[in-house]
Amino acid sequence: MILRFAFALPWLAAMAAYAAQPFRPEPLKSGLEFSGAEVRALYQDDFSSPAMLWTTRGEKLWNEPAGAAGKSCASCHQDARTGMKGVSVKYPKVDPGTARLTNIEGRINQCRTQHQQTEPLRYESDELLALTAYVGLQSRGQTVSAVIDAQNRRNFERGRDIFYTRQGQMNLACTHCHDRNFGRKLLNDTISQGHGNPYPAYRLEWQTMGSLHRRLRACFFGVRAEMPPAGSQELLDLELFLAWRSQGLKVETPGVRK
Amino acid sequence: MSLARILVPPTAKRGELVELRIAIQHPMETGFRMDNNGRVIPKNTVNTLICRYNGAEVFRAEMGSGIAANPYLQFYIVARESGNVEFNWVDDLGEKGAASAPLQVTS
Repeated sequence: MILRFAFALPWLAAMAAYAAQPFRPEPLKSGLEFSGAEVRALYQDDFSSPAMLWTTRGEKLWNEPAGAAGKSCASCHQDARTGMKGVSVKYPKVDPGTARLTNIEGRINQCRTQHQQTEPLRYESDELLALTAYVGLQSRGQTVSAVIDAQNRRNFERGRDIFYTRQGQMNLACTHCHDRNFGRKLLNDTISQGHGNPYPAYRLEWQTMGSLHRRLRACFFGVRAEMPPAGSQELLDLELFLAWRSQGLKVETPGVRK
Repeated sequence: MSLARILVPPTAKRGELVELRIAIQHPMETGFRMDNNGRVIPKNTVNTLICRYNGAEVFRAEMGSGIAANPYLQFYIVARESGNVEFNWVDDLGEKGAASAPLQVTS
C-alpha cells in the first residue's frame, strides 16, 4: 500500500503541475498558414469567399425587426460597423446578468429572448451563423484578447483540463495534435494549431458555414470521444481556453478552411 | 428567393472588357446523399443561370451535381451601352432567383 502511494504521488503531482501550466504554441500561427495557397486565395478575396454570403445575410437580419417587441438589432446597437467593432475579440465572456459564460451565439440569442421577445435561434442554423459572422466581421483584423479574471477562472480551468485530457477510443488530447504536431500531416491534411480565430467559418469539407462548436465536435468525433452538444458548457469552457491560447492572433471571421 | 452577391463595376469605358462575378447561396444537393434516417436527399441544384445585358442574353450556364455548393461564377462582357446587367437563375425545385445592377458606360 505504501509502495503504491510512493509511486502514485509524484505522478499525481506531475499531472497537477502539467495541468496548471497551460502554454501557447510557439510561434503562434493562424490556421490559414496551414491551409494551402488555394484556400488562402479564396479567403483573401472578399468577393470569392463563400463565407461572405452569410455576412450579407447577417447584415439584412441585423436591420430586420423581429419578435413581439418589433425591434431589430440595429434599434439598440445602431450600425454594426461602428457598434460591434472590436466586440467579438473579448468573447466568450461572463454575462453580468446571468453570471454565466456566454459566446457571441449565446449573446445574440439572449438579445432575442430578452429584448426582441422572440424565440432563440437554433444553434448552427443559417440565421444564427449569419448574425454571428456579421458581428465577428466587425472585429476582423483585431487581436484576440479574451481576459481571464476571477469571474471566468473556473471556466478557463475546466476548458484547459479538456484540452490536456486524453479521451475517446484514440486516447488523444487536443494538445497531442495541436501543440506537439502542428505543421505535420494527418492523412491529406496539415495539422493546424487549433485556434478559433476564423469562426464561424466556411469549411469546404462541410460545403457550408459552421460554428466553432461544430468544428470542435468534429475533433471529438475524430478521436472517437463522446461529442458534447453545440452550445454546451464544456464547449463554452473550451472556447474560452482556446481564446486565451490564441491571444495575439488576429480575428479572421468569417474564415475559410479546407 | 435565394440569396446572391453580384459584382458589376459601376462604370466602364466603351469597348472595355468588364468582369462580372456572381456567388449564389445554394446547397447544390447532388441527389446522392442520405439524411440521418437513410432517406435520399432529393437532387436540387441551380440548373440554369442566365445573364442579360440590356435585355440581351450574354452568358448562360447550365449546372448540375458536379458543381460545389454556393456556386461562384466569373466571366466577361464587352461594355457597349449604359444599361442593366441582370442575372436570373432557377433550381430543380423551381425556385427562382434574380439580381441586377446598373452599368454606366462612358465614351
